[in-house]
Amino acid sequence: MATAPIAVRHGHPSRGPRALLQRLRSGDEAAHLITALFAGSVILITSLLVYELWANSVLSRHRFGWSFLFSRVWDPVFEQFGALPFIYGTLVTSAVALLIAVPVGLGAAIFLAELAPPRLSDGLAFVIDLLAAVPSVIYGLMAIFTLVPLLRERVEPGLGALFGFLPLFQGPAYGVGFLAGGLVLAVMVLPFIISVSREMLLAVPGDQREAALALGATRWEATWKVAVPFARAGILGSIFLALARALGETMAVTMVIGNNPQISASLFAPGYSIAAVIANEFSEATGDLYLHALIELGLVLFFLTFILNGLARLLILLTTQRGTAHE
Amino acid sequence: MKVIRSLAVLGLLVAPGGSAKGQSFGPILVNGAGATFPYPIYSKWFDEYHKLHPNIQINYQSVGSGAGIRQLLSGTVDFGASDGPMSDEQLAQAKVKVLHFPTVLGADVPTYNIPGVAQELKFTPEALAGIFLGTITKWNDPAIAGANPGVTLPAKDIVVVHRSDGSGTTYIWTDYLSKVSEGWKKKVGKGTSVNWPVGLGGKGNEGVAGLVKQTPNSLGYVELIYAIQNNLPYGRVRNSAGAFVKADLAGVSAAAAGAAKSMPDDFRVSITNPPGNSVYPIASFTWLLVPASIQDGNKKAVLKEFLRWMLTEGQKYAEPLACARLPREVVEKELKAIAQIH
Repeated sequence: MATAPIAVRHGHPSRGPRALLQRLRSGDEAAHLITALFAGSVILITSLLVYELWANSVLSRHRFGWSFLFSRVWDPVFEQFGALPFIYGTLVTSAVALLIAVPVGLGAAIFLAELAPPRLSDGLAFVIDLLAAVPSVIYGLMAIFTLVPLLRERVEPGLGALFGFLPLFQGPAYGVGFLAGGLVLAVMVLPFIISVSREMLLAVPGDQREAALALGATRWEATWKVAVPFARAGILGSIFLALARALGETMAVTMVIGNNPQISASLFAPGYSIAAVIANEFSEATGDLYLHALIELGLVLFFLTFILNGLARLLILLTTQRGTAHE
Repeated sequence: MKVIRSLAVLGLLVAPGGSAKGQSFGPILVNGAGATFPYPIYSKWFDEYHKLHPNIQINYQSVGSGAGIRQLLSGTVDFGASDGPMSDEQLAQAKVKVLHFPTVLGADVPTYNIPGVAQELKFTPEALAGIFLGTITKWNDPAIAGANPGVTLPAKDIVVVHRSDGSGTTYIWTDYLSKVSEGWKKKVGKGTSVNWPVGLGGKGNEGVAGLVKQTPNSLGYVELIYAIQNNLPYGRVRNSAGAFVKADLAGVSAAAAGAAKSMPDDFRVSITNPPGNSVYPIASFTWLLVPASIQDGNKKAVLKEFLRWMLTEGQKYAEPLACARLPREVVEKELKAIAQIH
């Protein structure tokens, strides 16, 4: 089980299964070929996706060039298109979501894996997996009916009164806005972080903990200083899975973010995300340039996800190389 | 019996087409795509028409006006549908001439939520334009209060709510504001999505209505149908004759009748803010887009016959579905225009 974090890193486990693969190769070329084709289809689909996004955004790319990324105007009537407010909204809501979901998710995972009785842990894990399967539109509806009024009437005025000196918590409390979007996303990505992190912690070999305890560590020290660092590659993996989900989430976000493409320092202000504007405006987009600008937004979102995932891989690579707990 | 009848119907239908000889008598499939706003009435029509002519199946996908126009231009559907007329630029792109046929009328109403104000509010065009431009920010602004004597309006900020998804509803609303406000026309313009100067966006009529219902001191716009079906409070709007009119189906039809006199031959006309004493000013046609020349004789015959039926008998289905029917003047003009399909 010590190889589990590696599995996240490379996608296939090490020696034992690799040997199996070799036997398959010599024994059954067909199986090798077919599975390789299936694996290759992933690359094919991704490249087709990029190609289509690239080819169908040509008008917008030529017209606006790099300024598309930095312009704050999104005006379908006068055909001026800029992605900055949407990039900003996507990043801010995802950041808020991770800021909340990571500590809560990790804490919950530690409790479930290390401290809770196994039966309780398994039961809760089942509920968490259920949460991950709830369609996003349900989360959006719940947010509209419960979260948004709560934010408008209690949380935002409260935050404003306490921390109003910070630009983050200024301005009128609409309920909908960056904060609402981030909170919904936090709830939505939480199950991913808990579920994967819990599995990773459970995969930490028992002798690691026993060694720490034998050296005089308390139970918490054995958890926090040994088990968590041992599983950190997997835990980071779960966080980046959550980030990927948050970046691309459409329905729940558009229902609560306020759908106004503006850049505001305040979390109370309404904003807009890339996925939300594509979903909202695509079907009624009439002009060619307008359509191409929307598709270019899709391209931007793809590269944003690509870059963030790349950084994530790098981070995992760096931290696991530094670590000594692995083979 | 049924088969014989449908064969007879088909025979009648294809006869005027002339080129139908030797074509099979299988079911005739006609595909359309476009606007979502008139979808309830369109699906009712296609359903009723199928009952009358069991061998004719008209499929309609409510994918949105923009997508409908694109599919029509690329030839993947036999007809399109749109809440806004096609632009000259789009018509120039089309390989075949595209004809516009108004089908029914829709209207937008201002809906609001002001705690402590139970009276029905009256809005002047200037007040609506100012609120949506962000130049009027408080409910007790003289531009609003002046039209509502006897109503105590709070000194609170107006929370403007608009549609976030591209929609015909937004097209009607912004078309109206463009006509009544020079500032709006220059700064924002009209379209299915625009660059809103202020406000929160809600997805769909239900999203706007939900935000308005929840947010104190808010003002948004929704389709008349939606407001009627959901018992939303909505305000009166001053028309060009100076009367404050509460939107209803008759007032919307009156708006179309008022515009009929100056109707261009291609029916691409905006009827917001028309002349007339009883007209409700924020209304618009929605259009079917039909190619002027159709190769397939069967399909051509079906479309021509369907248009005729839709303009005459079909109109009776409009009002139960809370769409305003076309005024007689427009129907007559359209019936003549069907002959342009060849």
